[in-house]
Amino acid sequence: MLSFIARRVLQAFVVMAVVSLVSFSLFNFVGDPVNNMVGQEASREDRLQIREELGLNDPIVIQFARFLGNAVQGEFGLSYRIRRPVSELIAERIPATLELVFVSALVALGLGIPFGVYTGIKRGTFASSTVLTVSLVGVSLPTFIIGIGLIYLFAVYLGWLPSSGRRGVEEIGWWRTSFLSIDGWRSIILPALTLSLFQVTMILRLVRAEMLEVMRTDYIKFARARGLSEQKINYGVALRNTLVPVITIVGLNVGGLIAFSVITETVFQWPGTGLMFIQAVDFVDIPIMAAYLCFVALIFVLINLVVDILYFVIDPRLRLSGGR
Amino acid sequence: MQYRKSLLAAAAVAGVAFAGLGGAPSVEAKTFKYAFQGSLSTLDPHGLNETFLLGTLGNVYEGLTAYDADLQLVPALAESWEVTAPDTWVFNLRKGVKFHGGQDFTADDVIFSWQRAGSDGSDQKVRASLISDIRKIDDHTIEVKTAAPNPLLTQEMVQLLIMDKEWSEANGTVTATSVSGGEEGNFANLNTNGTGPFMVTENTQDVRTVFQRFDGYWGTTDTNVTEVVLTPIAQDATRVAALLSGELDLVYPVPVQDWNRLEGAAGVQPLTGPEARTIFLGMDQSRDELLYSSVKGVNPFKDQRVRAAFAHALDLNAIRDRVMRGAATPTGVMVAPQINGFNEDLNTPYEYNPEKSKALLAEAGYPDGFEVTIDCPNDRYVNDERICQAAASMLAKVGVKVEVFAQPKSKYFAKVLQQNGYDTSFYLLGWTPGSIDSHNVLANLLSCQNVEKKIGLFNLGNYCNARVDEITALVEKETDPAKRQALIDEAFRIVQEEVGYLPIHQQPLSWGVRDGVTVAQRADNVLDFRNVVVP
Repeated sequence: MLSFIARRVLQAFVVMAVVSLVSFSLFNFVGDPVNNMVGQEASREDRLQIREELGLNDPIVIQFARFLGNAVQGEFGLSYRIRRPVSELIAERIPATLELVFVSALVALGLGIPFGVYTGIKRGTFASSTVLTVSLVGVSLPTFIIGIGLIYLFAVYLGWLPSSGRRGVEEIGWWRTSFLSIDGWRSIILPALTLSLFQVTMILRLVRAEMLEVMRTDYIKFARARGLSEQKINYGVALRNTLVPVITIVGLNVGGLIAFSVITETVFQWPGTGLMFIQAVDFVDIPIMAAYLCFVALIFVLINLVVDILYFVIDPRLRLSGGR
Repeated sequence: MQYRKSLLAAAAVAGVAFAGLGGAPSVEAKTFKYAFQGSLSTLDPHGLNETFLLGTLGNVYEGLTAYDADLQLVPALAESWEVTAPDTWVFNLRKGVKFHGGQDFTADDVIFSWQRAGSDGSDQKVRASLISDIRKIDDHTIEVKTAAPNPLLTQEMVQLLIMDKEWSEANGTVTATSVSGGEEGNFANLNTNGTGPFMVTENTQDVRTVFQRFDGYWGTTDTNVTEVVLTPIAQDATRVAALLSGELDLVYPVPVQDWNRLEGAAGVQPLTGPEARTIFLGMDQSRDELLYSSVKGVNPFKDQRVRAAFAHALDLNAIRDRVMRGAATPTGVMVAPQINGFNEDLNTPYEYNPEKSKALLAEAGYPDGFEVTIDCPNDRYVNDERICQAAASMLAKVGVKVEVFAQPKSKYFAKVLQQNGYDTSFYLLGWTPGSIDSHNVLANLLSCQNVEKKIGLFNLGNYCNARVDEITALVEKETDPAKRQALIDEAFRIVQEEVGYLPIHQQPLSWGVRDGVTVAQRADNVLDFRNVVVP
């Protein structure tokens, strides 16, 4: 067990190193940050001096080594644009993203599972095909369009919800939450819905497929033969057996939600890490871009690590073979 | 979160002060909410020399002079001034001015701010270096020596914002916030203490900035607003939606394409006017062979006939009507009407005449035209990429095949500017002279490139004429307005005759406001809270 975990952790480090190297080498192609850091009248000497001070004149290998050396100490430098430590900025922005991802995961599960069970059981009915057709919208329309559409419907036309931003923010220690106020909840609805649509469709279809599978198995037939109620068979026996793959997929998708929140956060001006990343790309704020990419890679690696370990715990075959 | 605490503390103190004055303040509380596409990257007035930042901080900090709603120079922290020698100015500073923290404004603060603006990390070094010395005569009189005679000193002083010496020293922020680390400047990066009519009471970076009216302000203003809330909204569509939904009083910029929507919607309207920014095309006139062209061995742009052919091929009215929805002002000169030195007589655009253009090209030896690539930003100016495409299709009609290479501004500027060796053959650029004076354009765009003298550095195609260089040096020192205007006219006429540049238009300012809200839309795209009146 221990050697298995140790091996996985080592692999995780290798993945992190590769991701950071690839992302870092991309920074050579994003433009010159110095033009954004000074006004148009700044002299050539000043521009050169800034380049020198930032170490932008060094070979890319040296820049990378320096970055890596600082990064392992949790030190990502100062943002070029707002001149504050990047680690502080990420800590400031991360609650907004995590709360958004949390709510949209809840929405995805809350809508996806019941509808999945329903369409799995009541195959071919009009209601089922309607749900399936509508759910296609979630995967076929770009997030940007869905977001703007929701804003125009609920904020401009109906006037029920705020169009953008994160309001009603309160502080609990360093964590800035919007869960404690009505305003906060009102402002999270639209972005969370937008972010969850893709996941709703995916979970719905996954649960439906699993249900169709499970309903054909022998133990359902036996359950029927024993005279259990339909209710108990559908939700007590069948659904429980479909949940293992669903939970795996949802777990892995939380990482995806964090990464994909970039577009949703931009549309809704939601002040999370995704919006910060887009602003950084615009400005060529290399320290923030580097830190963000490492951060997303870290989340994916951690989730994968946890899932791997869980498999090891759950699946006796892996244990017997020593995880090889 | 140290800075947030201190802001809250400041707000609490302000609250106590209100309570001490006997309950509710006498003026009715009115909040003005607006959104801009970007946010304040720093609160340090010497941190970044950028119009939006300095314009917004201009509500909190003040310079010795200021611009009014029509971009006319007015006294601010200096009550009056006189030129005692060509390079010597005496400023009489305003008495009884207090900073937000209660400190008195004196000559020491001006000297301190000038020194701070010249410190490492400051983006105001160029401005600070115009002054060689400041001598304190008494607490409210200073004598300023300029490095060279400079008739524009008072214009430049608008953007040199004054900080309090005591406060800066007490908080260890005596040098500007450096971009490359060091904590020393960070206090002013996050906190403010100016003399302006508004003070920053909350600043959550990139999310929300709140300004409260400063009761101890020395001047009188037109505004009835007691609180201003700035929310950055990066996406155009989201920003417009926030105005349409009635959440905000003003948003800018509004895409030109959305004007019809605002006009059709109830309760809001577009607010438009000409910006002091001139959009133009430039051509590489210095290399012996163009970097991005089918012509080898010679540089066609060195031939004045080719440049003129390009000028006559561009239909500026069509660009105005089709690309800019009628909102741009076609121009023949490199400065806008709001700029000091502008002369309407020179502002006739080149005649649109494709036949003449073809004839000129044939005469120059290119009867079948040639190929060239134009570099173009796609997120810097209003409809920048579409202007390039329109120009390309117009040039195609006279046989010149133009390939449009449009990129985001970070990539575009990294390619074409001096630090990359002016890597372009043909480009689109826009320019607003920061000093609101033609000399800025002469020195940056029309003079021959000269790294040592630091002039012509934004003359990306190196248009070069010795007389224009000579005039630029003369204009810098000439203090007689009539003589100065004659010199400026002469230089602009030379550039026009030689077709040094291809001016396109002044781009429109495009804001959206809620009905009943009045603001002054300044031609430099600055929103001055002093002129905001809400219902």
